[in-house]
Amino acid sequence: MNGAPLELFLLVGAALFACGAAGVFRDAEPLRRVIAVNIMGSGVFLLLVAIAARGGGDRPDPVPHAMVLTGIVVAVCATGVALVLADLSGGGEGDDDDGERS
Amino acid sequence: MTIVQLFDALLALLLLWLAWRAVTEAVLFRAVVSFVALGLVLALTWFRLEASDLALAEAAVGSGLTGALMLAALRRRSDRSPPAPEGPAKGAALRQLPGWVLAFAIFGALAWAVLHLPIPAQGLTEEAHASLEKSGVTNPVTAVLLNYRSYDTLLELGVLLLAVVAVWSLRVAPRLRPGSPSGPLLEGLLRFLIPLLIVTGGYLLWIGAFAPGGAFQGGALLGGACVLVLLGGLTVGPTTGRIALLRTGLWAGLAVFIVVGLGVMMPDRWFLEYPVERAKLLILLIETAALISIGLTLGCLFYGGRPESGSSDRSSP
Amino acid sequence: MSPVDAASTMFLAVSLFFFTAGTIGLVRLPDVHSRLHALTKADNVGLGCVVLAVLLQASDWTEGFKLVLIWLLVLAAATNVSFLIAGGTGKRDHDDGEGDR
Repeated sequence: MNGAPLELFLLVGAALFACGAAGVFRDAEPLRRVIAVNIMGSGVFLLLVAIAARGGGDRPDPVPHAMVLTGIVVAVCATGVALVLADLSGGGEGDDDDGERS
Repeated sequence: MTIVQLFDALLALLLLWLAWRAVTEAVLFRAVVSFVALGLVLALTWFRLEASDLALAEAAVGSGLTGALMLAALRRRSDRSPPAPEGPAKGAALRQLPGWVLAFAIFGALAWAVLHLPIPAQGLTEEAHASLEKSGVTNPVTAVLLNYRSYDTLLELGVLLLAVVAVWSLRVAPRLRPGSPSGPLLEGLLRFLIPLLIVTGGYLLWIGAFAPGGAFQGGALLGGACVLVLLGGLTVGPTTGRIALLRTGLWAGLAVFIVVGLGVMMPDRWFLEYPVERAKLLILLIETAALISIGLTLGCLFYGGRPESGSSDRSSP
Repeated sequence: MSPVDAASTMFLAVSLFFFTAGTIGLVRLPDVHSRLHALTKADNVGLGCVVLAVLLQASDWTEGFKLVLIWLLVLAAATNVSFLIAGGTGKRDHDDGEGDR
């Protein structure tokens, strides 16, 4: 593993979580909220994996890895349901985007 | 600074920049693309942190499938309401300030907490590796998922089923846009790609016992194959019989897990306590059923609704 | 440095050049079609060079086979995706989903 700087990744994980949280607070639009919540999830996963890597060498703790794997799958399920709900709720009041044709 | 440190720093910067873009981009399409790119860089980060199983799952599911779901939702949204260009409302920046302050406070609290974690620390590595011969597999993550914490995985399969139930309860599947682009080039690609995906999914399932891989990664590939089938317009019309087959596939994973869990109880063991000499076989059995369920579930999530029998063939050009 | 390692390093350097060229093309070229052109060609050759570099380091033929397979799959996917983005179906579709790897 070449001694990955775990403090760095722990901080990045915290930052991702906060970034996602900011996105949730910021936007009312359902699709953006889904993205933001997923980013929060990614932050949590990064924290878990960095915590798992604390053992050093190349034998990371497998239990947090299993948790993250479960988390990834559950996150996609939740995203799938959330997107259907977003469709049904009439989509968004896009307050600051001008559609997807860039 | 060594090359490796430079690489780690760049990785961290890339993660932060992509997340920032995904949250603040004005054009929604670009935000989604940033999010997909974030997923891929995250997969690279998992590999860097010795989490190869996660890298596989993240690239396939976290980035690929989630991206497909979002892009499909984006298209349906633009179909419904043609985009109305709007500048940011007056005072929008000021209104958002409390949100940013709160987010920064969250970051501060989390950063303080994680920087006080003991490094290095052992965790459960020793215990997990010590019982590995009795677990039936040699990949420690698979051992955790399918043996030490198999109950969690059982519940996770329940969550997958629940997601499909939720989506099916909410609505009938929306029509895919007519005139699915199934020109000869795409069809040619799909004709070899889909069987390859299925075979590779099975391969990942098999090697998950002793190398990075497993039912979830294989199921993710299978889900990708389902998405490709739907997108390429290769579906056949849903009939009652086929929907029944689909339902069976969807609950098969959970059902096999429960049956195995109960079955091993016969000669006075606990629920899901595999006999050591049978553990490998039982895990393989459970994982195979789980693979099918996961793949079909992900495909159903992309389909976005309940299939109605007798509806017209969506693959007609 | 052994000759094999030197060859690998050379291939990696060449691939760096191609990837950089592709990215410059993405950023600087004016429209979708020319960008697609730059990306598909340059990035895939770059990936081919990376695969060659790693191929020289592979421990046995099964690893090598998987590496070449990866390259071929990326080629196939990139070709199709470029075709679709460029409106090969007569409609401009940004969201053809992700051809899974």
